[in-house]
Amino acid sequence: MNVWIAIALTFAGCYFAKLLGLLVPAGALERPLVQRLAGLLPVALLAALTAQQTFGDGQHLALDARGAGLAAAALALVLRAPFLVVVGAAVVVTAGVRALG
Amino acid sequence: MAEQTAPLRTTAEPAGGSTLAAGAEPDSAVVRDALGVGIAVGLSGFAFGVTSAGSGLSLLQTCALSLLVFTGASQFALVGALAAGGNPYTAAAGAFFLGVRNAFYGLRLSQLLALPRAVRPLAAQWVIDETTAVTLPQPTRRAARIGFTVTGATLYVLWNLTTLVGALGAGALGDTDAWGLDAASPAVFLALLAPMLKSTTERVTAGLAVLLALGFLPVLPAGVPVLLSALAAPVVLFLMGRAKGGDAHAAKDAGATGAEDGR
Repeated sequence: MNVWIAIALTFAGCYFAKLLGLLVPAGALERPLVQRLAGLLPVALLAALTAQQTFGDGQHLALDARGAGLAAAALALVLRAPFLVVVGAAVVVTAGVRALG
Repeated sequence: MAEQTAPLRTTAEPAGGSTLAAGAEPDSAVVRDALGVGIAVGLSGFAFGVTSAGSGLSLLQTCALSLLVFTGASQFALVGALAAGGNPYTAAAGAFFLGVRNAFYGLRLSQLLALPRAVRPLAAQWVIDETTAVTLPQPTRRAARIGFTVTGATLYVLWNLTTLVGALGAGALGDTDAWGLDAASPAVFLALLAPMLKSTTERVTAGLAVLLALGFLPVLPAGVPVLLSALAAPVVLFLMGRAKGGDAHAAKDAGATGAEDGR
């Protein structure tokens, strides 16, 4: 049940955000500070999520195979690899390190 | 249909997909670009399906997320937070905050596409990173509409099909961790984040957010540290504003972090 609550809330919130942009008159959200904040918010959240899902293990911090996988993904990004290659590199290297360890 | 051929101002920054930003393109070129982005990202729905099923969500719940929420980062964030034991409200809040950026994409798309009011509730579901990245650089309204529609349709169909396949396949794979699939979600986040790190402001924000998220992880309930890390955005804006001494500078590069790379 908890999962369905989370799904319903996320659907409602995300759909509202998408629709809002199409409905409000141009200029309503164009204030520089609002724009800057809107641009930085995903940067903060994506960075936090990347770190937490790489180095978090429940309530503990852990350095394991995922760290190597993310390093491979970062390398692929530096080399301007396509999206799928970036994700694939992380998965393959993580699996490889686990198989060896 | 004069409105379709009237040149539009393209003040939007090239959204990473610089190859898409050429001048007047024939329809087929727009369709090719749109299909390329749609297929590449649509396939990562497979990773979402596997991750979601591996996080303990049922097949129905996993497919409902892709059909209803249809914005990848929020979906990954939600299942990650639920898997970590977060309560549904903090989990949904994190996913929602990630989805807020779509409102700003919609604002720009709305001017470009000039959609009739009746179509907007339907079109809204497709207002995401990738459709924005393909649509914004198009030189004409006609090309913008084609780009938005083809990218949106391709992504929506593939994202949901691959989610289903991934969720079904997760059972056959057995221990998804052994296949390294738990690394797919953070890699998706990193790939979305990388093109946003354009200036010092973004990098400092990302660094502070990482410190907050990892620092609070051992002491606060699951999901809460990620929400707290969002505070990095206003804090860095405030500090940078003070350091630069005024709004004039802050306004100059406003919106620099708008649309992300459409890969």
